[in-house]
Amino acid sequence: MDTTTSMSIAADPPAGASILQKVWAFLGTCALGILLLASFNIDLPHRQWWLYGSLTLLTAGIIGYTFEAYKNKPPGIKNDGVWHSSLTNGGLLGWLLGVAITFFYVILYFYPQYLGLGSDGNNSGLVAFFDPLSRLLSGNPASQWFVYGTLYTLGILAFGIKFLWKYRHNRYEKLRTLSVMFFQTAFAFLIPEFMARLNTDDFSLPYYDLKNIWPLNYYNFEQWRIDQFITAGDIGLALLIFGVVSIFIITPVLTYYYGKRWYCSWVCGCGGLAETVGDPFRQLSDKSVFAWKVERWVVHSVLVFSVLMTTAVVHSYLGYDAQKYWLNKDVFLIAVALFLTVLFAAIWKFKKEELQKDARYGAIGYLAVILGLIGIHYLSGSNVFLFQAETLRSTYGFLIGAVFSGVIGTGFYPIFGNRVWCRFGCPMAAILGLQQRLFSRFRITTNGGQCISCGNCSTYCEMGIDVRAYAQKGENIVRASCVGCGVCSAVCPRGVLKLENGPLEGRINSEAVLTGNDLDLLDLIKEEKTWKN
Amino acid sequence: MKHIVIIGNGIAGITAARHIRKLSDHRITVISSETDYFFSRTALMYVYMGHMKFEHTQPYENSFWKKNRIELLNDRVEKIDPGKRALDLRKSGTFTFDTLIIATGSKPNMFGWPGQDLKGVQGLYSKQDLDLLETHAPDNQTCKRAVIVGGGLIGIELAEMLSSRNIPVTFLVRESGFWNNVLPEGESNMITRHIREHHIDLRLDTSLKEILSDSQGKVRAVVTDTGEEIPADLCGITAGVRPNIDFLQGSGIETDRGILVNDRLETNIPGIYAIGDCAQLRAPKKGRRPIEAVWYAGRMMGETLAYHLCKKPTTYNPGPWFNSAKFFDIEYQTYGLVAPETSENEQHLYWEDIKAKRAVNIAYDPESELFLGINTLGLRLSHRHFDQWLREKASVAVVLSNLEQAGFDPEFYPDFIREIKTQLTQLLKTT
Repeated sequence: MDTTTSMSIAADPPAGASILQKVWAFLGTCALGILLLASFNIDLPHRQWWLYGSLTLLTAGIIGYTFEAYKNKPPGIKNDGVWHSSLTNGGLLGWLLGVAITFFYVILYFYPQYLGLGSDGNNSGLVAFFDPLSRLLSGNPASQWFVYGTLYTLGILAFGIKFLWKYRHNRYEKLRTLSVMFFQTAFAFLIPEFMARLNTDDFSLPYYDLKNIWPLNYYNFEQWRIDQFITAGDIGLALLIFGVVSIFIITPVLTYYYGKRWYCSWVCGCGGLAETVGDPFRQLSDKSVFAWKVERWVVHSVLVFSVLMTTAVVHSYLGYDAQKYWLNKDVFLIAVALFLTVLFAAIWKFKKEELQKDARYGAIGYLAVILGLIGIHYLSGSNVFLFQAETLRSTYGFLIGAVFSGVIGTGFYPIFGNRVWCRFGCPMAAILGLQQRLFSRFRITTNGGQCISCGNCSTYCEMGIDVRAYAQKGENIVRASCVGCGVCSAVCPRGVLKLENGPLEGRINSEAVLTGNDLDLLDLIKEEKTWKN
Repeated sequence: MKHIVIIGNGIAGITAARHIRKLSDHRITVISSETDYFFSRTALMYVYMGHMKFEHTQPYENSFWKKNRIELLNDRVEKIDPGKRALDLRKSGTFTFDTLIIATGSKPNMFGWPGQDLKGVQGLYSKQDLDLLETHAPDNQTCKRAVIVGGGLIGIELAEMLSSRNIPVTFLVRESGFWNNVLPEGESNMITRHIREHHIDLRLDTSLKEILSDSQGKVRAVVTDTGEEIPADLCGITAGVRPNIDFLQGSGIETDRGILVNDRLETNIPGIYAIGDCAQLRAPKKGRRPIEAVWYAGRMMGETLAYHLCKKPTTYNPGPWFNSAKFFDIEYQTYGLVAPETSENEQHLYWEDIKAKRAVNIAYDPESELFLGINTLGLRLSHRHFDQWLREKASVAVVLSNLEQAGFDPEFYPDFIREIKTQLTQLLKTT
């Protein structure tokens, strides 16, 4: 079965790539070659033109290749050969690519000197190669993060265009892809660079990607950030307030109306990369019930970890004395505990039915946080490893911020699928997911009895949701992890799935019966279901 | 506790098994020689096309069956002895039952064409057919051209499958338009154009005369009724299916084209039932066929029979007809009955957008203005709404005026429904 293989990332038939496709692939590879040469400090004359040239060529190669792949095919689903290609079926090429990306991330996060990062802007290698572009945008020399940010943004743009072309028959997919392309380019890439231009000797704005919300942006309330915000006067304070407002007002309101998709597949940068560069690998997510169990434990543990870490960090720089400033250590801890207690009690009271099964886990999570808070109170300043704010912060930054979201989250795209981080690791996704499950108008509805259990929806769900298990029973899909990418609905050959926002009543309908059967039988089934309860 | 044995692990047999388990404590055994586990037959095409792996077509994890105490037996039933309540299995010999459910599905029609037994001639129904296709047509080097005979749903699927591997396809269709013995002219024409847009060499009004062999007993060419000889390495026979019931000969179970059953899905022998593609209703409901070889009918029969066996006598009484398919990139849905031709009892209101490849056809009775059914191409409509309108015997005017409620296209799709509603309401007034 799997003897035929192709190298194509655009999932064309095993028959192989056309000549023009090979030309585009060659040009793209040349661009990567130039970047590689630059990494080894090869001195190129007119460096900026080599830089702009290679970036343009890389983008053109990706776009040209996919245009060739799809140009002779009418609009429609383009999944031919996905499982025949060793790049996209978790085969050898996929593993090689995974190892290569992982290698890049390890260097990026832990050994930036090998990319050429020097002190005080004395860069060499790849980082120096990107200096001209960085100076053009912010006026400063490049860093490894600038190199990464540029390649990241180009990836989202080039593969975004590929995705737009692949799904040109589907307006939902097009709009949300344009949205992530915009937010990445403007909010994550350009605006922070331009903000750096406003900096003077006595005025400095923190580097701030406005759409990057805590706890995804886990360092937003660390002392150096808060200091930067406060010293930057009114603008800094406004940014700080925006950071808080986006957690407590913007996020819950938008998630109530549209589900977590407004963030995860329309705005977020991690989601943006997953949906564009990562799209060829979405089918590799694990759909087993076991994976679902692991997912819930891991992602909610990360959430608990991030809440505790942030609380400990903020606690560590607040003062003891309530006379000097109203927000002191104790007030802060009590406020956090109170907020979480009210939240947990409210969920318990109003959403008891939905929670029945998960209540125990929720209680465990809540208990863990409270015990943690008590620990912070009594043990801060002591040498107990776990509750030292700095240890907690650096452990979180290393394990979650670098290893999980970067190395595993992106490096393993070709092995575990494109949403490993979003599914198993992202604390922001965990919060949004809890709200989506309990208090949101979003759901995926199914179309009566039309499901034929084919499995396209489940296969192409990047979050590993077994969509078919619901669709074939006529149930709505209301899952915490669903990022609302809409691909299940797009690949469904029988028009069964629809992403919708609607009233909360009847949203979770595990009592559903399939339309099309005999009315008496439907009554019998309903009767049967009530007996069970 | 009875021992209920089910022959066949397709959608009918498995639905029956699952619901019997939900409703009772009976011992359940499902026998199949096709595969170890239930899979979605309609999804086989996607395995060949590389959209899915075969295991993705299996809706339940392998541990599901043991957990739910549904015993699976990979074996083939050679004979049934109703008197002894026993089956003769190829591998395990005699196997007894208290209640027997026959759900053996269909097999491809073969009409005695010369050369139909050659290597490289095959239908597309079972997992084995899929494996055979991988042997005969793995790529366009081994299979330089394929000829498909018979213009129905499986024929067009096979054409799509082969063209996904860049294998040139000649598609012989006996009718004057694709599937126009089911689809009215407008829809049939749209699909016919779309088939050609996918570079399929579609030959209408053409049928198969003979399949020619090479020296190794393999397909070399196909001869059409116009006398043309088309070189081919594969000949796909997709001229419909018929019940897979040959093994019942001499068992005393009454058959016609299928296994004859009453509206409780009982055969002539007490305790033996037949469901799904292989069952033939002695008295089908008005407007319905005695054999309905579709996924949905199999599923509904399986569910009905489970209630009949475990709860109380229940008759098979399917709701309004519905079906769906996908022709290359164009989705098709139908609710109620739309005849291919209009008549004095049935008028059609047809709307199409040729460029967007979307069409809607509404059938109604001009006398009573009763809504009869709707076909859609490239447009998704809600099953629940149409099921309700058909059950309530709504008028065509009611359906048209509420049409926007029944939209099921993804968000942000262009709003065709308003346009359809305006145009068809206008059309209704003028006719």
